[in-house]
Amino acid sequence: MARALFDFRTRGRFDIRSQPGFGAIALFTFVLLYLPIITLVVYAFNASDSLSSWGGFSLHWFAAAAQNQSVQDAAWRSLIIAASAASMATIAATMAALATTRTPPYPGLSFKYAFINLPLMVPEIVTAVALLIVFAKVKVWTGYTGLGYLILAHTAFCIPFAYLPIRARLEGMDQSLERAAADLYAPPWQVFRRVTLPLLRPGIIAGFMLAFVISLDDVVISEFVKSGGQDTLPTYMLGQLRRAVTPEINAIAAAFLVLSVALVTMFFFINRKKA
Amino acid sequence: MASAAEIARRDEQGKIRSRWLLSAPALLIVFIASIGPLFVMLAYSFMAKGDYGDVKPGEFSLDGWFSVFFQRDIFDDTLSLADAHLSILWRSVRLSVITTVLTLALGFPTAYFIATRPRHSREIWVFLVTIPFWTNLLIRTFAMQQVIRNEGVLNTLLMWLGVIQEPIPIMYTDWAILFGMVYVYLPLMVLPLYASLEKLDFRLIEAGYDLYAGRLAVLRRIIIPLVKPGIVAGSILVFIPSLGAYVIPRVLGGGKNLMLGNLIELQFGAGRNWPLGAALSITLMVLVMVAMLFYVRNAARSGGGHG
Repeated sequence: MARALFDFRTRGRFDIRSQPGFGAIALFTFVLLYLPIITLVVYAFNASDSLSSWGGFSLHWFAAAAQNQSVQDAAWRSLIIAASAASMATIAATMAALATTRTPPYPGLSFKYAFINLPLMVPEIVTAVALLIVFAKVKVWTGYTGLGYLILAHTAFCIPFAYLPIRARLEGMDQSLERAAADLYAPPWQVFRRVTLPLLRPGIIAGFMLAFVISLDDVVISEFVKSGGQDTLPTYMLGQLRRAVTPEINAIAAAFLVLSVALVTMFFFINRKKA
Repeated sequence: MASAAEIARRDEQGKIRSRWLLSAPALLIVFIASIGPLFVMLAYSFMAKGDYGDVKPGEFSLDGWFSVFFQRDIFDDTLSLADAHLSILWRSVRLSVITTVLTLALGFPTAYFIATRPRHSREIWVFLVTIPFWTNLLIRTFAMQQVIRNEGVLNTLLMWLGVIQEPIPIMYTDWAILFGMVYVYLPLMVLPLYASLEKLDFRLIEAGYDLYAGRLAVLRRIIIPLVKPGIVAGSILVFIPSLGAYVIPRVLGGGKNLMLGNLIELQFGAGRNWPLGAALSITLMVLVMVAMLFYVRNAARSGGGHG
């Protein structure tokens, strides 16, 4: 496996697939993609107080980050928002996917499809300031300034991400099992709960995980929607970057990175099993 | 008694109604917290600005749109083009185009390289591209900062190699933004290119060589035309977020090298000019829509030719 992976040489005879220099550029691309991330993680283990010099290996900054009250609060807030937004987005997206697949075309079908995917087309900064305008008014009218605004905003931009894998799964699903259940006098709800839902589960899990990661990563919309004292982990880090940066930020980023990579790896294997 | 056809028709209508009901929550949430506010913003761009941010409700004014492109001299009241805004607009477009070209130059060979690996290892290479793609954008921007800053990996390496004596200041320049955007958006170019290249029929390339084409001719006359849909898709996927970039120029460009996204933020913060901010946002959206339209037309034209 490893040999095949790193086999940059052309075979002895003329290889119609090879193009000169492409292997080298590809190698450069992978170095470019990973060098910054690796640098960031390495400096998280730096014992020194600043990022300019290497002071030996230490877990000091991880401990400092873990004990920092603001970091704890922000991390907790990020998780609550991501979990709520991803759950709501997944439920809404599952219902929408059931309503927009495996059906003969009906009026409004393509509108629904386009509308649900519309948030993907709008630049984040535009959505962010538009929400700032509207929520500023709503905050004055209702007096409510809780996490609800962030959760609602996150749910909206998570819906297209949850919708795509669920829809894809539904479209590839064989309808004969559901027909068989209906033929055997299972009422529609039973068919849904015992046949459709279990078959759909991998798509739902994938949709939820995508939505969760997307919500966790969001900086721009959160930055504009949050009220005072509602920093999420990314907006906290963005705020810190304005000041003198210590390796504590690296430690937070490294921990965050591990979480993201773990989720993506899980997503990769769940999807692969399906195929 | 209703005929069978009548019953079937009613049944179909009932199904459509329940399908609307089923999709209502998703449509409603997207409308309330994503699309609807855009209309409010459009309305705001036509109102007079309030004294401390916000707008004077109901007071119609074109000042917001006017000041996107023009400025009035405070002393003699003459009109001139708003150089500051136009130069930021121009920088945004220019940097986004360069980013798209650079990611294509790096991404095409990379996608080609992955597509020509043995089948079982392709999946791993694609996975390696996907991981940075799903990593937090802020973290990746911050990671790039640590590579290009004065004491960063790049300068240290170049000094160690003796190429340079003094560190090259890259941070807080347009170069820094460019480095950051290429790095952050590269996976968005590689993935659609790979999807196109993977379907490439290598017998066509073989036929090209049989007809005495050189490597360059094969690349130019066979491969690139066949994967054009992937090239267009990747370019759009990189160009659009580059144009609206906010975090990357804020972290790497510092306070001076603004892009459109930062100019918009400024109007809602220190600038206290919400109508102008709203008008700038709509301008950005129009630019994005033009790019999308270009893509849709291109996709429709090349769609019929090959799979």
